[in-house]
Amino acid sequence: MPNVKIPPVLRPQTGGQSLVTIEGAKVGEILGGLAEAHPGTKSQLFGDDGELNRFVNIYLNDEDVRVLDGLETGVGADDTIVILPAMAGGR
Amino acid sequence: MATGVDLIEKVKANVNEVQPSEVAGELAENGLALVDVREQHEFEERHIPGSIHVPRGHLESRIEQFAPDKDKRVILYCASGNRSANAARTLSEDLGYSDVASMAGGITLWKDRNYETVVPRKLTQEQKERYSRHILVPEIGLEGQLKMLDAKVLLLGAGGLGSPTALYLAAAGVGTIGLVDDDEVDASNLQRQVIHSTETIGVAKTESARRRIEALNPDVKVNEHRTRLDSSNVLELLADYDIVVDGADNFPTRYLLNDASVRLNKPVVSASILAFDGQISTFVPHDGPCYRCLYPTPPPPELAPSCGAAGVLGMLPGVMGLFQALEVFKLITGAGEPLIGRLLLFEALSTTFTELKVQKDPSCPICGPDAPEVSEHDLGKFPDYEAFCAGPAAVA
Repeated sequence: MPNVKIPPVLRPQTGGQSLVTIEGAKVGEILGGLAEAHPGTKSQLFGDDGELNRFVNIYLNDEDVRVLDGLETGVGADDTIVILPAMAGGR
Repeated sequence: MATGVDLIEKVKANVNEVQPSEVAGELAENGLALVDVREQHEFEERHIPGSIHVPRGHLESRIEQFAPDKDKRVILYCASGNRSANAARTLSEDLGYSDVASMAGGITLWKDRNYETVVPRKLTQEQKERYSRHILVPEIGLEGQLKMLDAKVLLLGAGGLGSPTALYLAAAGVGTIGLVDDDEVDASNLQRQVIHSTETIGVAKTESARRRIEALNPDVKVNEHRTRLDSSNVLELLADYDIVVDGADNFPTRYLLNDASVRLNKPVVSASILAFDGQISTFVPHDGPCYRCLYPTPPPPELAPSCGAAGVLGMLPGVMGLFQALEVFKLITGAGEPLIGRLLLFEALSTTFTELKVQKDPSCPICGPDAPEVSEHDLGKFPDYEAFCAGPAAVA
C-alpha cells in the first residue's frame, strides 16, 4: 500500500504518526482515505467545496502533483505521497 | 669547460624561439597553452593573462596535468627567455611534446613592447594562513577565496538560522555580511542562537552578532541593519548585496522578500524550521522557480505555528543554517550544484533527508511568463502581505 508522509503540523491529527499507509490507486482517493481514517486532517487538506486547499502541496515521490494529473494522478503500491506544508520558522 | 652562458646559447640555438609579437598573435587564437615557468612569487607579482603557471622545478611532474595533449602548441616564458629555453628543451626532447617554443626576452620584453600583463590580487600572509584549508581545495583555491572576500551577503534575521549561517560565512571569509534584525538577545534565544552569549542578553542582536563576527574574523565587514524588513526598506536593503539569506520567522516577510528579490534579480537562499523539521531551497530569479512557484498561497495561521509557539530543537537551526551557508558558498564560487529547483526536507528525529523537485509555475504572478511588468516607478510598491497571509477571510 502507498505511504503518506505526514508533516509535523498534521501529526496531532494522526496520533503522532509521521508515516501512514492508505489504500488507493489515485492521489485523491488516498488523501480521501487519509481524511476518513484521521478525520482531524480533513479540514486541513480539503476546503468546504471538497477541493484540495491551495496552500497544501502534494508530492508523489519527488514530483509535485500539480505538474502531474493532480488528484487524478495514479499511485503505485510502492509510491510515497508527501504532504508538504509551507513553514516560516527561522528564529 | 663550457660556461653557463655558452650552455644557454647552445640550448637556444636548438629550440624554437618566438618573439612577443608572434605570441600575442597566437594567443588570440585558440588551442595554445602559454606556460609561465617562473617561481611562485614572480608569477604572483605579474604575469601574462591566460597563462598557466608551472614553475620550472615542477615542470616534469606537473606539465601533463595542465597540457595533456602533447601535439598541442605550447609556448613557454620566464623573465628573460633563458629558463623557458631550457624548459622548452625538456618538453620537446625528454617529454615528447611536438610543438614547443620559448618566448624570446621573456615577460620583461613582453612588457617593454606594451603587451598586456595582469597584477593578480594577493592575500596577506595572515589571510594565506587563515584560509589555507580553502585554498588547498581545487574547487575553491585562491580565486574562490577572493570571490568570498568580495562577496556581500545579507542575512535576514540574526536568530536561529542566522546565527550559524553568519558564523560560518564569517569564518569562511565572506567579506561583507549584512544583518537585518530589530530584536534584542533574550535568554530563551541562547539554546540555539549560538552567535549570541550570556553576556549579550539585552543587547541588540545585530550588535551582539557583529561583536562575535569581528572577534572571529577581522576580514569581515558587518553592516548592522537594526530594523524589520518591510515594503518601505526592502529595495534599499537588498540593493547593496549579491545574495540574500532568508531566515525570517513569518510569511509576510518571506513573500515580500521573494517579490522584491525577483524584481531586483537577487538570489535567495531560503530555509525554515519548526520543532524537528527543516526545509531549504535556493531561489535564483528566472534560472529556477521562486518561492511563490513553490508556495502560491500561505497556509492559515493555525497550520503555520511559529517556533515561539511550537518550539524548536536547538540543533535543528544549526543543521539548516549550515546548509544555507553551504548554498551561499556555491552561489559565490560557482562550485557544485546549488538547490535550485530542489527542496530539501530534513527530519531530525529520524535523520531523514527527502528531496523534492520544484518546478517553475507558468502561472506564477511574480516570475511567470505572464507576470505583469513592474515599471521603475512602481518598483517600490508592494501588496499588503499581512492581509495576504491572514487568509481570504481577512482580505474580505
